Amino acid sequence: MLHVSGMDAYYGESRVINGLDLEVPDGKIVALVGRNGMGKSTALKSIMGLVKTPCGSIKMNGEEIIKKPAYDRARLGIGYVPQGRDIFPQMTVAENLELGLLPLGKKGKAPEYIYEMFPIIERFASRKGGDLSGGQQQQLAIGRALAAQPKILILDEPTEGIQPSIIKEIGRAIRQINETKGISVLIVEQYLDFVLEIADYIYVMEKGEIIYKSLVKDCNEGEIQRLMTE
Amino acid sequence: MAQFINTLFNAVSLSSIVLLTSLGLAVTFGLMRVINMAHGEFVMVGAYATYAVQNLFSAIFPKSIQPLYYFVAIPAAFAAAFALGSLLEFFIISRLYKRVVDSLLATWGISLILQQAARSIFGTQGVNVTAPPFLQGGIFIGGCTFSYNRIFIIALVGICVLSVYLIMYKSGFGKQMRAVMQNRAMAQCMGINSRMVDNVTFAIGSGLAGIAGCSVALLGSVDSTVGQNYIVNAFMAVVLGGVGKLLGTVLGASIIGSASIFAENYTSSSIAKAIVLLIVIVFLQKRPQGLFVIKNRSLDE
Repeated sequence: MLHVSGMDAYYGESRVINGLDLEVPDGKIVALVGRNGMGKSTALKSIMGLVKTPCGSIKMNGEEIIKKPAYDRARLGIGYVPQGRDIFPQMTVAENLELGLLPLGKKGKAPEYIYEMFPIIERFASRKGGDLSGGQQQQLAIGRALAAQPKILILDEPTEGIQPSIIKEIGRAIRQINETKGISVLIVEQYLDFVLEIADYIYVMEKGEIIYKSLVKDCNEGEIQRLMTE
Repeated sequence: MAQFINTLFNAVSLSSIVLLTSLGLAVTFGLMRVINMAHGEFVMVGAYATYAVQNLFSAIFPKSIQPLYYFVAIPAAFAAAFALGSLLEFFIISRLYKRVVDSLLATWGISLILQQAARSIFGTQGVNVTAPPFLQGGIFIGGCTFSYNRIFIIALVGICVLSVYLIMYKSGFGKQMRAVMQNRAMAQCMGINSRMVDNVTFAIGSGLAGIAGCSVALLGSVDSTVGQNYIVNAFMAVVLGGVGKLLGTVLGASIIGSASIFAENYTSSSIAKAIVLLIVIVFLQKRPQGLFVIKNRSLDE
């Protein structure tokens, strides 16, 4: 599905990621964990095309996309849920969701299951996106990313600043879309228990490099815990 | 009473012209935050485009349909300014986003170049656009005069405001435009080609200035500095109204337009300018963000 190899990423002149290798197999959930400031979010932004990536390769179903602008990558089927959600604050919930349809290139309708999964999208359809609470914005952001029926969904800290009951719902939603729609998921998190529950693979990142990777069912939780706190 | 109604009509008329020139700025400055010092020159381009269409008509068409030139001139003025705006954005402005001072200086330079170009092409003497016969004269009611060309401009401004509203808030392109202006990176992640949206948005703002030029051509002679007469008022209207809000620009323009006319009526034209500036200064002291402020949980800038 998604195959990143030898990729460097820069913020301005400073290199944040050094030769990243990462793979998201078809239909799997991959978690990328690590301490703050280790380049996890930057890795996602590089995949989305929002930061400079002068060398390396990002392949989506075998197609090289590293030179493509972000809007082309979205059209190729990458759905992005950024840290901080980035809901368009001045637009209504319905408009935010309609924008999610744009990568399809035509006027369509968001799939029904999104409304069932996140009832707040329908209930607050005419409210301004900026007036929703953090948890509601997170649900809208995921719904918006799913509207275009992406092949892969990338989520940046979806549990950050969100109350436990909604975290559960979001975890369930991620599992559900992965199982029923076959959408691959790449998720960046600090909340280790959350990802161990939903992910198939786990990567640990440190100073822009992957220092540990494993199948979740074989992973050494104590070791990951240690890598993330030390 | 009659005099008051006359003054009121003039106030509405001037407000509508200020509004037409500031509508384009509301887009380029209000939405895109580009301080385009050459905006006045897009007004000039529109005015000269009107003049060119008039001459073209009188050269090739029989007298009977010549007056219709004005209906061709409006889209022509829009198209000329739109095309020039698109080129300017592509070659210069797009490289200077987020560099406010640089883009201000660069567009000022462009303003000088365009003025000189106009002098080289059309001469230093002002040229005249003859209002078509159906826009000459006016209605007289009880000692008040309502000239047709001013009524026409007011209607034209109404149509333009409505069109901008529909484009911005009701069309698919408008949705993309607002998304790009609110959050560029995220808009790109939604599959929006933000470069294209920037270019077309800037071009639309410029095109609106072109239409403004087409209407000011009816009111006086056209020369290379015609845009300069309106640009200060236009900037004041946008800032007064609150950057980024269409309704704010409408109100801002009305306040500037009415204040100048009423002040001028009871004092002199130079005092009137001072009074308007004073109103703007005092107002912005109290409300630095203008009449309308965008308030939101997630907008903490």
